[in-house]
Amino acid sequence: MLTIKEYVRASSLEEAYELNQKRNNRIVGGMLWMKMQSGSIGTAIDLCDLGLDTIEETDEEFSIGAMVTLRQLELCESLNEYSCGAVKAAVKDIIGVQFRNLATVGGSIYGRFGFSDVLTVFLAMDTYVELYKGGIVSLEDFSKMKYDSDILVRIIVRKTRAKIIYNAMRIQRTDYPVITAALSKLGDEYRAVIGARPGRAVIIRDENGLLDGGVSSESADAFARFVASKAQTQSNMRGSAEYRTHLVKGLTERNVMEIGG
Amino acid sequence: MEIGIKLNGRMLSDNIDADLLLIDWLRDKGCFSVKRGCETSNCGLCTVLMDGKPVLSCSMLAARASGHEIMTLEGLQEEASEFVGFLADQGTDQCGFCNPGFVMNTIALLRENPDPTDDEILSYLAGNLCRCSGYNGQLRGIRAFLDSRKK
Ligand SMILES: Cc1cc2nc3c(=O)[nH]c(=O)nc-3n(C[C@H](O)[C@H](O)[C@H](O)COP(=O)(O)OP(=O)(O)OC[C@H]3O[C@@H](n4cnc5c(N)ncnc54)[C@H](O)[C@@H]3O)c2cc1C
Ligand code: FES
Ligand code: FES
Repeated sequence: MLTIKEYVRASSLEEAYELNQKRNNRIVGGMLWMKMQSGSIGTAIDLCDLGLDTIEETDEEFSIGAMVTLRQLELCESLNEYSCGAVKAAVKDIIGVQFRNLATVGGSIYGRFGFSDVLTVFLAMDTYVELYKGGIVSLEDFSKMKYDSDILVRIIVRKTRAKIIYNAMRIQRTDYPVITAALSKLGDEYRAVIGARPGRAVIIRDENGLLDGGVSSESADAFARFVASKAQTQSNMRGSAEYRTHLVKGLTERNVMEIGG
Repeated sequence: MEIGIKLNGRMLSDNIDADLLLIDWLRDKGCFSVKRGCETSNCGLCTVLMDGKPVLSCSMLAARASGHEIMTLEGLQEEASEFVGFLADQGTDQCGFCNPGFVMNTIALLRENPDPTDDEILSYLAGNLCRCSGYNGQLRGIRAFLDSRKK
């Protein structure tokens, strides 16, 4: 069970940051993950009054506040148009609408959960996180960083020319994914992103230029084999390492064929 | 701490513990349609509308709801009565425990999308678990209600 002594709606990021420096204080996003843990929290720091619940768009980027919910991501037409529907595809099976109306993008990305559909799809784009003290860091770097007491303020997605495909394998709709597999072509760069390995999602680039000559069933097969050899998998109750590697190969091949040249 | 929540149209103030969950506050105020079916944010039984949007009251602090409007099934009887008879006609419920959550989320679905396809119904209601039925009764009931509106 989780106990909380005090609840504060921060009136500024500075106030939230200062409160968050105390070891047993915590930022609350949607609180869904936090609630699964037990322990005692001194002060729950709520960012809900800081205007971080909107998705703003300019010609260059999307700026997504940390308190934006997964449901807002799902319903945001411009973000889904840019991502070829990949964002919606990534979040649509996360429990249910009521859950996605609470779960935040800030909590999802800060958490860097191994199983995360959200981390996987944002890694497939040209994405950065804005940290209150740490400034702007690429999501790829952030995904490898240790947990600290900084505050994730927003997610920035630069509108690099992109084609993106998202697929995940679940034993049952609304369950955690057994594997997540996104593929994007950002400018001229192909990136496969594999998550729920069950470790954190990783980006695997086409460093041998297997797709340089265009997409064909042969090049898709070769790239999928390459990705499967690079993405380290492990076993857990949802599937064995071998099964996951098999899925990585199959889903990546499918993603390459779907994305086309 | 002090909170103020508009519950089913009535403004209520209260003094609560910081970690009181919204579901427990609502039941304390007599809203017994709001039930706890799991401890893992998975079942949808505790669904209420916050500012018109369906949320899991078991997974949010009552303090977060302060300054907002919460509707439970107690306050939405009239809207629910439009379609619940169609669910009953299909023998949707066995134990009926999941029913309030289903009804609340169906209200939210129909407000957002008055003429959903079967796929849209299934995906909107995917976060409402029923341990007795296979969900076909619920789908048939909602479909029958939608068809009746077109006649
Ligand atoms: C039962 C269950 C099933 C799930 N299934 C899936 C799934 O299939 N796919 C998937 O992708 N995800 C899944 N998730 C994860 C979910 O989508 C969210 O990513 C998760 O709940 C965290 O989001 P939150 O808003 O609830 O964060 P919280 O629980 O509030 O916070 C999580 C952590 O992040 C910290 N935090 C929150 N916001 C910030 C911030 N702005 N700055 C700094 N720190 C912050 C908190 O202090 C906490 O440590 C599941 C979660 C649950 C509980
Ligand atoms: S009680 Fe199960 S989701 Fe709230
Ligand atoms: S009828 Fe028993 S849980 Fe749904």
